[in-house]
Amino acid sequence: MESLSLNLALYSPEIILSITLGFVLIVQMISQSRLFTFLTALVGLMVSAGATLAIKSFSPQFFFANQLSHDPFSLFFKLFFIIATFFTFLFSYRSYEIDEERGAEFYLLTLAVTIGMCTLVASINLLTLYLSLELVSIVSYALAGFRKEHPASNEAAIKYLLYGAFASGTMLWGLSLLYGFTGSLNIYSINATLSTASLNPLALYSMVLMVLFGFGFKITSVPFHMWAPDVYHGAPTPTAAFFTVAPKAAGFAIFIRFFYSVFANNSGLPDQWITLPHVDWAFLMAILSAVTMTLGNLSALWQKNAKRMLAYSSIAHAGYMLMGFIVLSKEGLVSILFYLVVYFFMNFGAFFVVGLLANKTKNEDISGFKGLGWTSPLVAFSMAVFLFSLTGIPPFAGFIGKVYLFSALVQKEIYWLLVVAILNTVISLYYYTYIVREMFLVKPVNSDKALVLSPLHVFTLILLVIPTFIFGLYWEPLFKYVSNSLQFIVIP
Amino acid sequence: MMFAVDLRHYLVLSAILFVLGIIGILSRKNSVGILMGIELVMNSAGINFVAFSKYVAADLSGQIFALFIFVIAASEVVIALAIILRIYQNKTTVDIEDIKDLKC
Repeated sequence: MESLSLNLALYSPEIILSITLGFVLIVQMISQSRLFTFLTALVGLMVSAGATLAIKSFSPQFFFANQLSHDPFSLFFKLFFIIATFFTFLFSYRSYEIDEERGAEFYLLTLAVTIGMCTLVASINLLTLYLSLELVSIVSYALAGFRKEHPASNEAAIKYLLYGAFASGTMLWGLSLLYGFTGSLNIYSINATLSTASLNPLALYSMVLMVLFGFGFKITSVPFHMWAPDVYHGAPTPTAAFFTVAPKAAGFAIFIRFFYSVFANNSGLPDQWITLPHVDWAFLMAILSAVTMTLGNLSALWQKNAKRMLAYSSIAHAGYMLMGFIVLSKEGLVSILFYLVVYFFMNFGAFFVVGLLANKTKNEDISGFKGLGWTSPLVAFSMAVFLFSLTGIPPFAGFIGKVYLFSALVQKEIYWLLVVAILNTVISLYYYTYIVREMFLVKPVNSDKALVLSPLHVFTLILLVIPTFIFGLYWEPLFKYVSNSLQFIVIP
Repeated sequence: MMFAVDLRHYLVLSAILFVLGIIGILSRKNSVGILMGIELVMNSAGINFVAFSKYVAADLSGQIFALFIFVIAASEVVIALAIILRIYQNKTTVDIEDIKDLKC
């Protein structure tokens, strides 16, 4: 009995999210009020975040029969997902793409994805990993097709589904091979068998590649990225913003946990890892990282639609974050986590402004930004901050994130990738500053009116802008928090 | 003459199903056809799990995994058919070649 209540306590953030999910429906049914439903969802998220902070005092341990792991790493990501969902709900309020009467459905689906992601980052068993990954994916397909009447949204959903199901099917085959070679579903036992038994390198490589298929799909790395521009373009803007941040972070989290626990071993030095003998996936990933950022940035240059441009830019950012993944040291992983937090604020902010603009113009063309700096200075100024931060220009948070990623590379002396990354930053300057130029250097047409903002929108915008500034000037506390979060328990 | 079925036969069967599934995904133009290819891929992994559970692992975890794969495959089909139905209502086609509005 003692252990059951302990297990339930450690799982409480997800349990509270599930209860919220039910309550959202009930409140919508009884009150028929959009506002009450919205508040119920927000309160549920806040309570869940509180629970995540409260269970921090329990020592790191495995629970639910070694299916899930309670450690600072998973707690960090749970908090991240809950905050990301919170902002998504603020974003969705009064968005023209989410119908008034279907608000409850939107909250329900998004909360289900959040539960999946929270379980995913804690899972240390192939079965739990696969189930939570599918919970994230399958509900995401429905979210991408949320605007049922719109062919664009339908197309986003079917493309997401076909690519996603293919990727997860292939990953499943890789997982079945891992199970077959090691006879266990626990990732630590798998690692123990893989590092002692001398396996055929070809078999090992095929397993690494098949598993990479599933994870690479989630983090939109080349060559598994083809779905991303279409899905982010066709999905409702709040959902697209959510997709570029939360499931991508979940992908990175499970990517780190899985590859560093299964296909790598501690090298003897503290906080340094080495890959399994004969499988140099770090080099493979370095090439993928270089190709991902280059392709993302080059494709973004030609886009006329702001959402599609940001989609390609988010592919490029996945490439930057992969740089921290290949150095096999704690510095690299810390820089990924740090960058994910910074990336959340700036990328979500950029999508938020696109969404605000789309509420007026009903489309997301870049030409809609013309003269925004003259009609709505606050919105245009925030957009400029987000875009400069995404480029990595000094006083903003994106710069610090890039500095940490680059310094991790320098420590391992991988200079060729560093050069590629710096060249890419220069390329990205063009398309980010193009929007800034449209906003401030082009005079508005006389008929243009200022954007109509509700107080909630202004509040959300300021909540997103301030961290983008603060973490560019005073990032020490965040960095400390992130470094302390990088502990997953290793001994089974 | 005795003919014993061992692990190798199961693996060959699942490999054939896997490849057929991939071929189906890559060659079909009909989205329901692609979906059937995906089902083949998932269920071939299920065969792998059951076979490995019987011949390699000491426990039943692989067979439990196979049960979960059926459930996941079923729910994926439910979502997929709902989306495909929507597409058919909006565009009166389920051909993947005709669904390409999102281009820049």
